Amino acid sequence: MQEADILFLEDSFKKYYFNHFDQIKVPERTSEREFGYQKFNSGMTRHISLKDDKELHLLLMQNIPSDVYCSNACYTFPNLPMNEKDWKEADLIFDIDAKDLNLSCRENHTVSICNDCNEVSKNLTQCSKCNSTKLEKKSLPCKNCIDASKIEVEKLSEVLINDLAITRENIQVYFSGNEGFHVYVYNSQFQEIGSRERSELTDYISLRGAIPETFGMKKFKQDRASFPDFNENGWRGRFSKYVFGSKSKRSKIITELLANGYSSFQKTLDNASENIGVKIDPNVTIDIHRIFRLPGSINSKSGLTKTHCDDLTNFDPYVEASFLSDDTVEVFANSPIEFKLKNKKFGPYLNEKVTVPTFAAVYMICKKLARIA
Amino acid sequence: MLALGQDEIAKYPFLADAGQYLKDQGFSLEQFGTDPDLKDLIKKAYQRILVAADGKIYKSDLDGDHVSKEAALPREVFSFLLAIVLLKLSGMHTLIKRFALAEARRAEKYLEKDLANISDESKNQLAIRVIDDLFSVQVEKSDGYFVIPVSDYLKHSINFHEREWKLINRHVENGQVFLSPHETVRLIRKELGTYINSKIINAKTPTMIPGFEDSVNKLVLLSKKFVTYTVTTGEYPPCIKHAIEILEKGENLPHSGRFMLASFLLSKGQTVQQVAPLFKNAPDYNERVTLYQLNHLAGTSGSGTQYSCPSCEKLKTQSLCFATSECDNIINPLQFGRKKK
Ligand code: SF4
Ligand SMILES: [Zn+2]
Ligand SMILES: [Zn+2]
Repeated sequence: MQEADILFLEDSFKKYYFNHFDQIKVPERTSEREFGYQKFNSGMTRHISLKDDKELHLLLMQNIPSDVYCSNACYTFPNLPMNEKDWKEADLIFDIDAKDLNLSCRENHTVSICNDCNEVSKNLTQCSKCNSTKLEKKSLPCKNCIDASKIEVEKLSEVLINDLAITRENIQVYFSGNEGFHVYVYNSQFQEIGSRERSELTDYISLRGAIPETFGMKKFKQDRASFPDFNENGWRGRFSKYVFGSKSKRSKIITELLANGYSSFQKTLDNASENIGVKIDPNVTIDIHRIFRLPGSINSKSGLTKTHCDDLTNFDPYVEASFLSDDTVEVFANSPIEFKLKNKKFGPYLNEKVTVPTFAAVYMICKKLARIA
Repeated sequence: MLALGQDEIAKYPFLADAGQYLKDQGFSLEQFGTDPDLKDLIKKAYQRILVAADGKIYKSDLDGDHVSKEAALPREVFSFLLAIVLLKLSGMHTLIKRFALAEARRAEKYLEKDLANISDESKNQLAIRVIDDLFSVQVEKSDGYFVIPVSDYLKHSINFHEREWKLINRHVENGQVFLSPHETVRLIRKELGTYINSKIINAKTPTMIPGFEDSVNKLVLLSKKFVTYTVTTGEYPPCIKHAIEILEKGENLPHSGRFMLASFLLSKGQTVQQVAPLFKNAPDYNERVTLYQLNHLAGTSGSGTQYSCPSCEKLKTQSLCFATSECDNIINPLQFGRKKK
């Protein structure tokens, strides 16, 4: 990124942190958390401890970071190196990202930027100008991406509430600032469990590793009565709704399942896992020493804010997570894909000089699809 | 501690405070070595260890839930307590581990029976309390099932590799897992062994008691059979050999010593998986923590930097150095054995 772009982004971010500090949600037990931040074009600074939101504000204003992070874990000594921190507990966190959902729309709104010649194109396998295969891909997620992610968040909440007895108040959903959602679970029985336990939990939530016996199919001594009932709780219930479709078809489908046999049932399970399992990123949940983007901070991949979703169904990130100013600025834009922010359409721009509001300019510069003119 | 009836102490002798128990019964350890009427209890204790060393479960005089004859009862507890005394006197950690494991299996059987006992609620409650007190697993009864919080379940079940123990293959409802008596006890098997083991390790070693020598000597001989394979090779420097020996005896190696050993072996090209088992004997072994720390040292997690073995100078200050003439002219254990010109 060129100097002028960095200065422009820093200036815009600084104004945001000055005017919208109220957006930032400093986690409870602030002094036990590890903070970290990144500046434009430089590495991560970690192992920072802060007393309170005043110190955080100071850090933001002094450093104008491109990204700010905070641990989900609480430590006795958050500022010491990792093996001396003395880990106490960690909130349970789930990451749902549109890029992991295999959506067909994705191709339509992804562009590649050639590492060799900087050419921007919609050709995702090789550079259309110099044939290089060293491409960086940037996606401008669409409404479909957001809606599909929301469905996963709903599925996740359902399992958390019904199977794992988490109360709705203790589940907080945030738009990640780019392509998905972060779901935080507070005050649960899982605060103190370690990484391997969390890994088991993610397998449960995504319906992975199930054996046929769990859902009624046995190798020997097969038994119709062991198949789940339509109204059962937990995964047996969800499985039966998915596989049987309706109560009346249960009997007929069990006959089919039995006729197809044990190994075919494993395929039915894999299929169910793919379709009704919750698509969370397991690596995020099992890492108990990670630092996460701080709620209310700006995501430098987009210039959008990691925003709390009070009303997930109606949440529109391209309206509610865009907080930067409307002041216009002149940029060279090269964005073959059009996008919508604050209810305004932008692009497509084909290597042209355009005047756009700051929030749109930041969005494109963060996606490497524009530079300050 | 739990208040225990006579039957219970016989079933779960590791719950008794040994010294207090003997006192309550009006005996001293010395008596067992000299009193002709009590002497064969030492033999019984020795037998109990033998059976365990063989990987079998000691068949007790308990008949089902009850003691066959009233007189057999203190003998049952005594033989356990005396076995511990013998083990401590012999100082053989391999035997202690085997004994603890066998005793755990034995207790497991009784726990399961007590949990499944539907006619005697007090037996039920006792088993539930043993599990809760010892392993902080909160068990509640619900119809024919035992329900425990998902988080407690996970802490124990992650040690199992069979797919049926995966949470997804369990009946989960309302934040709890439903288990049968057998599964409930199976869940804490490993911890039961660890618990008994640590109780023995932490018991005070008495000075040799007249009349105990024979059995102790026999145990020392017996334990030679079970010397475990070690990774020690001739090329390791004395400090490293010493650290490995300590761990193999199941004794406590200070954190600095573990750091030295792990960083040394990792630098020598061993993998985290190869190094981890070395720490299994440590009294405070925790697989998760160990793997985490090793991965951190190896640089496969966190900062990504591999830690290197501390210098000889540093190790000297930590009392970890046991230099021999072969250590001459080296400044780091990693240089040990490399020819210098
Ligand atoms: S001199 Fe170095 S290698 Fe030899 S024992 Fe001491 S620390 Fe280990
Ligand atoms: Zn190119
Ligand atoms: Zn899309």
